[in-house]
Amino acid sequence: MVERTPILNFFTHLILFAGFVFCVAPFVIVAIAASHNLKDVNDVPMSLLPGSDFWVNIKTAWTTAGLGPKLFNSFIMAAGVAAGKVIISALTAFSIVYFRYPGRTLIFWLIFVTLMLPLEVRIVPTYAVVANVLSPYQAIMDVTGLSWLIEKVSGVQVSLSLGLLNSYTGLIMPLIATATGTFLYRQFFLTVPDELTEAARMDGAGALRFFIDILLPLSRNNMAALGTIMFLWAWNQYLWPLLITTDQSHATAVTELKQLIPNVGGAPEWHIAMAGTLIVMLPPLIVVVLMQRWFVRGLIATEK
Amino acid sequence: MEKRVTFGRWTIGILFAVPQLLLIFTFFYWPAGQAVYWSLTLQQPWGGGNIWVGLDNFRSILANADYWNSITASLVFASISTGLAMIIALVLATLTDRQLAGSRLYRVVLIWPYGIAAPALALAFRFILAPEAGFMAAVNKFWPGFWDPGLNGADAMASVIIAFSWKYVGYNFIFFLAALQAIPRSLIEAAAMDGSGVVRRFWDIQFPLITPTIFFLLVINITESFQDSFGIVDIMTAGGPANATNLMVYKIYSDGFRGLDYSGAAAQSIILMLLIIVLTIVQFRFIERRVHYR
Repeated sequence: MVERTPILNFFTHLILFAGFVFCVAPFVIVAIAASHNLKDVNDVPMSLLPGSDFWVNIKTAWTTAGLGPKLFNSFIMAAGVAAGKVIISALTAFSIVYFRYPGRTLIFWLIFVTLMLPLEVRIVPTYAVVANVLSPYQAIMDVTGLSWLIEKVSGVQVSLSLGLLNSYTGLIMPLIATATGTFLYRQFFLTVPDELTEAARMDGAGALRFFIDILLPLSRNNMAALGTIMFLWAWNQYLWPLLITTDQSHATAVTELKQLIPNVGGAPEWHIAMAGTLIVMLPPLIVVVLMQRWFVRGLIATEK
Repeated sequence: MEKRVTFGRWTIGILFAVPQLLLIFTFFYWPAGQAVYWSLTLQQPWGGGNIWVGLDNFRSILANADYWNSITASLVFASISTGLAMIIALVLATLTDRQLAGSRLYRVVLIWPYGIAAPALALAFRFILAPEAGFMAAVNKFWPGFWDPGLNGADAMASVIIAFSWKYVGYNFIFFLAALQAIPRSLIEAAAMDGSGVVRRFWDIQFPLITPTIFFLLVINITESFQDSFGIVDIMTAGGPANATNLMVYKIYSDGFRGLDYSGAAAQSIILMLLIIVLTIVQFRFIERRVHYR
């Protein structure tokens, strides 16, 4: 603030407050609706005073949608994606930045291109791959004549098959197969002073030792930022889990929300639906609130 | 930029990249190639492999009125929701950047919506905007038949746009605020001393300096509106009524997995991929400019 502008300040406060209400109102409405009973939630207009059925509704939503195991699945998926990303991206970035080998530029571009096409647009063939994750390799062996050769030599017909539908691996792996984190690490590794590498080498450290004992501890901030952002991103995935978890035992909390939409013919049980929504909204919201610094940092850094 | 000091044993170096390469080959390049293959072939109804049909799949899609309808719906959705989310976020970020009392609170709260899963906020908005309960019902009481996303395509589109924009206001806000705070205070103060007011300073200093961020967000918002809209559409409208909100990704999903038309869905994926690649290339052109300003 550099000058006195009382009228403008008044409007600034007014507009910002309106923005605040716009952002918070849906959360509040969901929470209030979750506390009403069937009659009150369908009142027009709905009373903004909280009702008394909050815990009952939470409990009903929890049991009807089976949210306990679903939240557990969501957590496994989100933690798996976050951990996978943090580790695999660090390895790749280390390889790209700290080594010179033929084809390095090619690898860089191969990874870079994956930023362009999100999972959603190549969803159908990815589903086919996950249904039998070895099918690409089978096809390659068939085309190159390798499986013919093996069959001739050993008499064994090669048919590789490993289905990952309805498994945590199938949920997690395709979500890791993008470049988001790699470039975050790359940018950071490039700022690490060369003297540090020289000193480490002089002291006799090899590549692996340098990576584990020096580079990784230095990248702790990046790991926290990347981990936070990937955890949220994976938790909020919808289309992918919806497709590959045909079996209830691996469904995630977010895909389960669909069960809570009130049927057209049935009772409009919005209070239950909102209680379920609240439960599903809460974990990411807690992560955003507690990890705000890393969240903001991760967002801005990964998109560069 | 390259490192001066590197490690010698490059075979080890490649090993570090192997996990990532295996993953992107299996779950990215192979499926992407598969999509191209499927889009050019037709699956035989009783098995027996795919037959080559060239560009027939593309021709039949582009001749299909439903597909053009879905492209139009996607473009309408993308432009309105991007416009709304960006303008609201820019206003809020600029005002927050004035750093009056309480601006810290806004900085914390305004980014909450971005953390929420699209389907969860979609269900929340489905209730808030429901014509028979919730809040639009009160409006309907005054003007009967004013609002019904279940029957009126424009109302359905509006609800989907509101839900999406709500989430992305938070996202854009973070980037705008970061960009605005990167502008040296001394510039603003010098301009104020020369007698320019808040509005003048915005248009002559802040706005030009954040144009790279604006371009960047424009592209991100449009691409996200193609992808992240799936959960919102699926929960709120399921593409209806009468295909009014049948956006491109939703149509790929329903053609591929409900209609089991893999070839058609693959051809649609290819078109969407090309669209997104073009947008991404545009974005990288502007990223060059982003770096300039720092």
